[in-house]
Amino acid sequence: MSAAHTEASQQGTHSDSNAHHDGHGHGHTQADHGTVKSYVTGFILAVILTAIPFWLVMGKVIDKSSTLGLVLLGFAAVQIVVHMIYFLHMNSKSEGGWSMLALVFTVMLVVIMMSGSIWVMYHLNHNMMPGMINESTMEAKPESIDNPASPVTPAAAPNSTTPANTMQNM
Amino acid sequence: MSEITSSAPAMDVGDSSRFYVLEHHPENSTLLGFWLYLMSDCLVFACLFAAYAVLGRNYAGGPSGAELFELPVVALNTALLLFSSITYGFAMLEMQHQQRTKTLIWLAITGLLGACFIGLELTEFIHLIHDGAGPQRSGFLTAFFTLVGTHGLHVSFGIIWLITLMFQLGRHGFTPENTRRLMCLSMFWHFLDVVWIGVFTFVYLMGVLP
Repeated sequence: MSAAHTEASQQGTHSDSNAHHDGHGHGHTQADHGTVKSYVTGFILAVILTAIPFWLVMGKVIDKSSTLGLVLLGFAAVQIVVHMIYFLHMNSKSEGGWSMLALVFTVMLVVIMMSGSIWVMYHLNHNMMPGMINESTMEAKPESIDNPASPVTPAAAPNSTTPANTMQNM
Repeated sequence: MSEITSSAPAMDVGDSSRFYVLEHHPENSTLLGFWLYLMSDCLVFACLFAAYAVLGRNYAGGPSGAELFELPVVALNTALLLFSSITYGFAMLEMQHQQRTKTLIWLAITGLLGACFIGLELTEFIHLIHDGAGPQRSGFLTAFFTLVGTHGLHVSFGIIWLITLMFQLGRHGFTPENTRRLMCLSMFWHFLDVVWIGVFTFVYLMGVLP
């Protein structure tokens, strides 16, 4: 009981004197808890980095949507780094560097998986779509889906012609 | 002769200090193991994000993101989760000072903010399904419900874990086990906030773009 008390007071003095990082050897809780200052700094940065993207989209500040998309992704990446540093207390020294190694490996896998999926599926759509579907059916499709309640005359006509077209092509 | 006798105790000291290091290692390994779990969870979310990236524009003639998403609600949700992140941080700081009541109060606030987040998200889901924009409507909505629903499920389990730990803390105080569990939940909670950054940017904000 007394040991716990002295340890508590030790931890208190360490965090007060802001030398918390150096005084880790004594306690059984070796992880970095951060300070009020680091949490508040992280929080303010996170609020700014969240508010700007919402403002950009809701205020329609940037017209070109591809540029805006890239800007949004940039803000998200910066905010993720801010959360990692100030809330999750990531640094190269925690757990002897192993958690950083695991993080780097995961980020690598995520990048390969995301870019690979988008790349492959984009090319799949690009190469498969025009060859597979006849042009007349592509025009008929949105019409038949938009008003499925009345498929009597407008949708039925192109549908009936498409098999004939494909038969002729064959 | 004298050198040998003096080196023998030196070896003993080296051995005992090595055992000392080994004894300390398992206490750290829980946090490292939990971090590895979070990284594997990160891969699960990456798969769902990739699925959304592929299917996100396949509306099948159904409603698009620009028609469905209400950005003010999403902004409120984001704010709730961000506030819950910093209140959990304050709980961890109070834990550092061994203040049980203050820790419990901050944990309770964190849990309430999380519950509000889940409540808002469920209301949004119910509205969508009621309007005929359920998960079976289009590829876009399937990917949307899977990704956002998985995140919401994680937050729900986090809240259950939080309530359990509040009871544990109230009954047993700051034992080493409870401290360790609180630190694991801290990582879990902040990690979910990091995933939410991806969700609100990639799904909601970029989904609204033409």
